[in-house]
Amino acid sequence: MAKKLALIYDRVRWEEKALAEEAEARGLSVNRIDARTLLLDIFGDKVGESFGDIALQRCISYYRGLHTTAYLETKGLKVINSLHVSTVCGNKFLTSLALARAGIATPKTLVAFTPEAAMEALGKLEYPAVLKPVTGSWGRFVAPIKDPDTARALLEMREQSPGALNQIYYIQEMVKRPPRDIRTIVVGDELIAAVYRHAPPDDWRTNVALGGKTTPCPITPELQELVLKAAKVVGGGVLGVDAMESPDGIQVHEVNNTVEFRGAASATDANIPRAIVDYARRLGRR
Amino acid sequence: MKVTCEECGAGINVPGDVVKGEIVTCPDCGVDYEVTEASSSGVTLQPAETSGEDWGE
Repeated sequence: MAKKLALIYDRVRWEEKALAEEAEARGLSVNRIDARTLLLDIFGDKVGESFGDIALQRCISYYRGLHTTAYLETKGLKVINSLHVSTVCGNKFLTSLALARAGIATPKTLVAFTPEAAMEALGKLEYPAVLKPVTGSWGRFVAPIKDPDTARALLEMREQSPGALNQIYYIQEMVKRPPRDIRTIVVGDELIAAVYRHAPPDDWRTNVALGGKTTPCPITPELQELVLKAAKVVGGGVLGVDAMESPDGIQVHEVNNTVEFRGAASATDANIPRAIVDYARRLGRR
Repeated sequence: MKVTCEECGAGINVPGDVVKGEIVTCPDCGVDYEVTEASSSGVTLQPAETSGEDWGE
């Protein structure tokens, strides 16, 4: 059982406050570490001990989190989530590959590296389709592509955008779902909470960061089996597994690595911070 | 406690249980501030980082 929890953050959201308060209420000492103040010395030793018995990675910046996790894990500290999980979940293509390989229902997805190849990919999927950045969150730059003219314009804009990742075109079928999707919170091998995320009136995306509203979602055996399997194939941990209701059944489209759960906590009775803290206590050394 | 917004001069109500690293928003102009110090004697604010391209969950 861990006694000291390293909470790695770079912005204190509602979730980080809730996690720290819960950890202290459960008798853990919390070492709050602002990643922006860190200097990661590759020859540093006893790093793990000075941080804590286990680390909870909660950086809002994906790459800050990834590098900190790589460092701490190399120095012998267990991090939730692991470097492997952070790598797979931080890249939508790696996530899709893992889901497809495991036979988990997921939308048809093609990746191309040039606008020409991306147009060819769109020709293979029905319009409308969805263009997403391969890394990113909160629905940022996720665009519905309704016809070839829109596709060409968006692809041209992406081609001219700085950043190597903008030249990776992740194109997905537009699943015929109701105007909502399902956010589930998985901790270890348990499904803790499930909520519908309803798209706001002026948007098709359901992200809570964009104003999506949450209501409770019944946990059916089908949903439970699917999301637990999805969490397992990306490596397991504390995860937000997102699913959609397609005409052919539930499909998993994304797995989030530093899951935000304020929306899920407000719509359900589940004590999500407690589940996460208890999981961290169990996994920590000592 | 009440802090004055550098941008527009409005009063920002900062909750008593605020912690370092938290974000408070000016109710008048919407500027976000990060709490850089928080103690019983007061708080220090500085304009928050704007959202980065890799931010999220």
